Amino acid sequence: MTSTSRLIPTGSQTVGPYFHIGLDALAQCAHQDMAGETVRIHGRVLDGNGSAVPDAMLEFWCSTPANDDAGRHCEFPIGFRRVATEVDGSFSVEMTKARAVPLDDGRMQAPHFLVLIFMRGLLRHLITRVYFAGEAGNVADPVLETIPIERRVTLIAQQKSDTAQTFEWNVVLQGAEETVFFAW
Amino acid sequence: MSEQGTVRIAPQGTQPEFHYPPYVSSIARSPRMPLALLAETMTERTGPVFGHRLIRPQDHDLTAQHEGDPLGERIYVHGRVLDEDGRPVCGALVEVWQANAAGRYRHKVDNHNAPLDPNFSGAGRILTDEKGYYIFKTIKPGAYPWGNHYNAWRPAHIHFSIFGAGILSRLVTQMYFPGDPLQPLDPIFNSIPDKAARNRLVSRLDMERSEPGTALAFKWDIVLRGHGDTPFEESSR
Ligand SMILES: [Fe+3]
Repeated sequence: MTSTSRLIPTGSQTVGPYFHIGLDALAQCAHQDMAGETVRIHGRVLDGNGSAVPDAMLEFWCSTPANDDAGRHCEFPIGFRRVATEVDGSFSVEMTKARAVPLDDGRMQAPHFLVLIFMRGLLRHLITRVYFAGEAGNVADPVLETIPIERRVTLIAQQKSDTAQTFEWNVVLQGAEETVFFAW
Repeated sequence: MSEQGTVRIAPQGTQPEFHYPPYVSSIARSPRMPLALLAETMTERTGPVFGHRLIRPQDHDLTAQHEGDPLGERIYVHGRVLDEDGRPVCGALVEVWQANAAGRYRHKVDNHNAPLDPNFSGAGRILTDEKGYYIFKTIKPGAYPWGNHYNAWRPAHIHFSIFGAGILSRLVTQMYFPGDPLQPLDPIFNSIPDKAARNRLVSRLDMERSEPGTALAFKWDIVLRGHGDTPFEESSR
């Protein structure tokens, strides 16, 4: 195989309004394997008019040591969650707390999840990250560092005063408060 | 590697834009600020691995999930999941959902006045085998009207969701059928600017895999994105 024969990846299309039919089954079995410290993130997805998005699906991913090989034997992959928004645009997800993962050059990243966002109206999914307020590593995180300081806040879930491990994080698709999304 | 690679950007024109006004729902739901470049770290290079225990034996046969047979043309939809270098992706989770033969989804927000089929749910899933191969038995979905513009109809399609090796290979898309006259009128299909890339969403009739007297077959291969810093990075484009 020559280096010029790379295939073109298949084009993306919207998940549409009826994804629950095919995608709920997986979301529903995502309750197992909660190991160690857990974290809950809740928030809302809002469109460019400030309206709630009641038909979005979010997928959260963090790399965990258990995924490396042992993950193959798990019923459900550790570090992964799929969740859909409710009528009011809200979502809530609970999972094992993300760990800090290194870059290739050895610098550490602050704990974070990669988040994929799908919905009717999105012809291709959005990629973002969520970090956690109060983590010392946020200051020097190599990915956060590349984001203009005034927009960095959109990637940081805020701690709720009532419970230590409950965070609030809203996704704003468009406008002045637009969440930082990554190119792909 | 001392320098951190960034997430690879799709070749020009081969993926839809986020903001595509002919698809009206994209207007308020697409980001407008410049997208940031993401360093490709362990987070991006890894992804969920799904086990066989999550899949039941009948999950890939959408015609066998109820007491009776669903109405409509029985078909097989099959193909391979490949990476950008043409290698099969083994153990890829493929999830599908679709309308019934009358163009109606079994979903509370679908108010199209076509009939529901008590023998058809319209959902399936499978893990690809060691050759990257998947197969579904189902019925051909009907076209259906939608509210995008006056007299808008979606061409027949099956929704696909695929997890490959690593979260960046994630793909949600739709497979279409050959010769459907609604395709050139459909803003979702036409949101992919490159004609060749767009047409790769169309399956082909596969008489070889069809089952005489029972079911036609349609073949559709899927190519998943790879990582930004593979040894094949120096390509012609
Ligand atoms: Fe559809």
